[in-house]
Amino acid sequence: MDVRYINPFMKSIKNLFQTMLTTDVSFGKPFVPRPDDDSRPDVSGVIGFSGDASGAVVIAFGKETAVRAASQFAGTNLHLDHPDFADAIGELANMIAGGAKAEFEGLDVNISLPSVIVGERHEVTNSKVHPGLAIPCNTPLGNFRVHVSMKVEQAAAVGAGS
Amino acid sequence: MKILLVDDSRTIRNIQKNILGRLEHKDIAEAGDGIEGIARIEESMPDLILLDWNMPNMDGLTFLETIRKKGITTPVIMCTTEAEKSRVIQAIQAGANNYVVKPFSTETMAEKIDQTMKKVAAAAE
Repeated sequence: MDVRYINPFMKSIKNLFQTMLTTDVSFGKPFVPRPDDDSRPDVSGVIGFSGDASGAVVIAFGKETAVRAASQFAGTNLHLDHPDFADAIGELANMIAGGAKAEFEGLDVNISLPSVIVGERHEVTNSKVHPGLAIPCNTPLGNFRVHVSMKVEQAAAVGAGS
Repeated sequence: MKILLVDDSRTIRNIQKNILGRLEHKDIAEAGDGIEGIARIEESMPDLILLDWNMPNMDGLTFLETIRKKGITTPVIMCTTEAEKSRVIQAIQAGANNYVVKPFSTETMAEKIDQTMKKVAAAAE
């Protein structure tokens, strides 16, 4: 995927965590996940893209970090089985995707409603159709990754000045 | 002032309720989508609506167009992740009175509510 589309996600993650979780985020170097990557999340929030770009963004946490992030965001203790836990994770994914897409100049992109996967050490597979990058995110609440796999449609990319 | 929150995320509605509580707004009704929102308007006659855009069953834009067609003039603040200028214009043309982009701070929410109610009061004079 075009690395130019990674910066809007990093900007959006930082803005979300500073504004609504009152915590800072630093980033590791984005990388292409390897098939033998052993780092598997317990909680993932997923948003799909359609329109001038297609693909998905996945915010992937270990369970302790997910609980701390959801609780800090909601302003109340949200354990894994709390009825609002998945909703909070989905909303974090939604805000990351929405904030990033606002920065895709010249592209008309729609985002899906969020889906949330809760399951110990599940696998986030890099799509063959939409190869992507993982962004390592470090916060005082714990570390997590945001996987971005996105393909800009040819005609739209020309319109966007690529 | 009665405020109706229309958002499919209960977390967001709870965050909004906490912020509104700190601003001394305690009379709050809630809906999880546009269809439920229309039913709540008829029950609670709100003075202000905070409206999400992307929701199941009926999205925020359709809700807005529907209530304006019915002649309901209650001020509406869109509160959404849809941040592009084209989306803001689309919402204002459909009858939104103000626009808050998620993520939002308490200060932004307070300022937008204040702005909106002042604009509505000035227009009514």
